[in-house]
Amino acid sequence: MASLLPRATKRLRLANTSSFVCTDCRRRAFASSIRHTQQQPTPSQHASQGEKTTHFGFATVAEEEKASKVRSVFSSVASNYDTMNDLMSLGIHRLWKDHFVRSLNPGVRTSATGPPEGQTILDIAGGTGDIAFRMLDHATTINRDSLTKVIVSDINPEMLGEGKKRFSTSPYMHAGRVSFLEANAEDLSAVPSASVDLYTVAFGIRNFTHKDKALAEAFRVLKPGGVFACLEFCPRLSNSLMNGFYKRWSFGAIPLIGQVVAGDRDSYQYLVESIERFPSQTEFAGMIKDAGFLVPGERGEDGQIEGGWEDLSLGIAAIHKGVKPAQRAL
Amino acid sequence: MNTSMAFRRLLALPAPLRARSYSILNRPAPNYPGHVPLTYLERGALAIGSAFGSLRNPHRHDLIASLGETTSSPYFISRLRKAMLANDTGRRILKDRPRITSKSMSLETLRQLPPNTVGYAYAAWLDREGVTPDTRDSVRYIDDPEEAYVMQRYRETHDFTHAITGLPVIIEGELAIKAFEFANTLLPMTALSMAAVVRLKKVERQRFFQTYLPWAVSNGLKSEEVINVYWEEELETDVEVLRTRLGIEVPPDLRDARKALRNEKKAEKAAREARERLGAATGV
Repeated sequence: MASLLPRATKRLRLANTSSFVCTDCRRRAFASSIRHTQQQPTPSQHASQGEKTTHFGFATVAEEEKASKVRSVFSSVASNYDTMNDLMSLGIHRLWKDHFVRSLNPGVRTSATGPPEGQTILDIAGGTGDIAFRMLDHATTINRDSLTKVIVSDINPEMLGEGKKRFSTSPYMHAGRVSFLEANAEDLSAVPSASVDLYTVAFGIRNFTHKDKALAEAFRVLKPGGVFACLEFCPRLSNSLMNGFYKRWSFGAIPLIGQVVAGDRDSYQYLVESIERFPSQTEFAGMIKDAGFLVPGERGEDGQIEGGWEDLSLGIAAIHKGVKPAQRAL
Repeated sequence: MNTSMAFRRLLALPAPLRARSYSILNRPAPNYPGHVPLTYLERGALAIGSAFGSLRNPHRHDLIASLGETTSSPYFISRLRKAMLANDTGRRILKDRPRITSKSMSLETLRQLPPNTVGYAYAAWLDREGVTPDTRDSVRYIDDPEEAYVMQRYRETHDFTHAITGLPVIIEGELAIKAFEFANTLLPMTALSMAAVVRLKKVERQRFFQTYLPWAVSNGLKSEEVINVYWEEELETDVEVLRTRLGIEVPPDLRDARKALRNEKKAEKAAREARERLGAATGV
C-alpha cells in the first residue's frame, strides 16, 4: 500500500501546473471548434426563408413546425404528466381545476321543456382527462345528471391514450358518456356547428399556433348561449416581488425537476417559455371578445377590458369565460 | 451602494469570477450546442437530485451523467484536462476531438480483426454483454467547451475500459470499474457511485471488498491515465501489449465466478432435496 502513495500523489500533482499554455494547441482547438459550429445547421435557417414564423418558447420556428414540435413535447411528458404537474405546482393545480369545474357547474337538474337531455361538453387539449373526469363527477354527483357527456379532444395520441387508460375503470366509459377525439383545436370539422353546450380548455391554449383560429372554431361549435371557458397560466403576476420568486421557480426549478424526475429538461424548458410568451389577461380577454363572445367586465378608457377574468393564486393562472350570444349581432 | 456603482465593481472583478455573476433569469449565451449555464444553487440541487435519483433507479444513466457533470467542476475536470495536456497522446486527442458513436465504430469490421486485438475484444465484450456503442448522453452542464469534451470522451471510452478489463455490465462489474476510474481519473461521480454497494447482496459485497475493490484501487493508481489512450488508433494493437503498456492486470472473471457460485448453490440444493426425499421415504 505504501508503494501506491507516490502514485496517488501523482494524480494530485497535476493540479499545480496552471501555467501550462500550449499556444499552438489552443489556436488549433479554437479553429476546430469554429469549424464545428459552422457545420452545425442553424435551427432558424429553415424558417428565415420568407416563411411565416411563430414562437416556440423563446425560439422562433416556422408555423407548420410548431404543431408537430408541441406534439412531440407532449408525447415525451405524457407518461408522468400528473407527477410532474404535482411537483411543479406543489399540488395546487388540483385546486385550480376543482375551482374551475365547480364555478362552471356542469350538469342540468331539470329541463325547461321536455325530457332532460344532459349537456354536451367539449374539453379541448384535455388528453389525460383531468377536467373531463371532474366535469362528469360534478354533473353526476352534485347535479344528479347522468346524461351529460364529455368529448375529450387532444392533438396528441399519447395524451389521449393516458386519458383512455384512466377512464377505462370508470362507469362513464361503459355508459358511453365520454368519447375521445384526436384533433387540432384549430380544425374541429369532426364536431358539428352549434352542438356543444360548454367548451373548455385547461392549460392547452398557450400551445396553439393560431389562438384566434381556435377561438373562431370554439365560437362555431358552441350553441347560442353556450359557454367558452379557459384556464391558463398568465405571463406575469401583478405583485412584482412575488413575480420575482415565481419566475425564478419557473426557470430554475421546473426544468431541473423535469431533468431529475422525467429525464427531459428541454420539454419543461419549453413549457415555462411558452407561459412567458402567452398574452396578458387583458389582451387575451380582448381576443375572446374579438372572436364574438360576450365577455364579463367592462372596457376601460384605453379600450382594454378590465375585470373580465378571474385570477387564481395571485395571478399564476386565470380563468377566462365568454358566452356565445343567443342571437348573432346584426 | 447604488446599482451603477455595484455594476462597476462587478466589471472590475477578474474574468473567472465575473463570468459567474449571472442569475436564473439572465443566463449568458451557451458556450457550445446544448450547453446550459447553471447557477451554483441549480448545480447543487441537480447534483443532489441526480445522486438520489440514480441510487433509487440505476437505469437512469442520464442522472449518472448529470451527477458527473455537476460534481466535476471546478477542480476535478480541470485536473483531468491538465492530465491530458501533460501527455502527447492526450494533447492529440484534445486537438482532434474524436467521437465514438455506433456509426464511427463499425462492429462488423471490428469482429473481423484477429482475436488478440483491442478492437476484437471490444466487439466481443459488447456481444457478450448484449450492449451497443449507442450514443452516450451529451454533456450539458460543464461551462468550458474543452472540459466538456474531456467529460464526453471519458463517457464514450468507458466501454473500452470494460473491454480490456473484462468486467461485465452488472452492478458488481460497474462498481469495480467505477472504483478503478476513481483511482485513475479522480472524478467525484465515480467515488459517489460507490454508494451503490448497498444494492449488492451479501456474498456480492464480500467478493467486491475482498477481490475487486483492492484490484481496482491498486490498478487504477499504478496504471497510466486511461483517458489518454487514443482508442481509435489502438484497435489493432494486441490487448496484452496495451495492458502491459498501461500497467493493468486483468481481474478474476466476474461472470465465471458468479456462475460457479450459482452451480455450487444448485448442487447443494439438489443434494439437500435428495436427502429430504430419502428421509421422507425411509421415515427418518
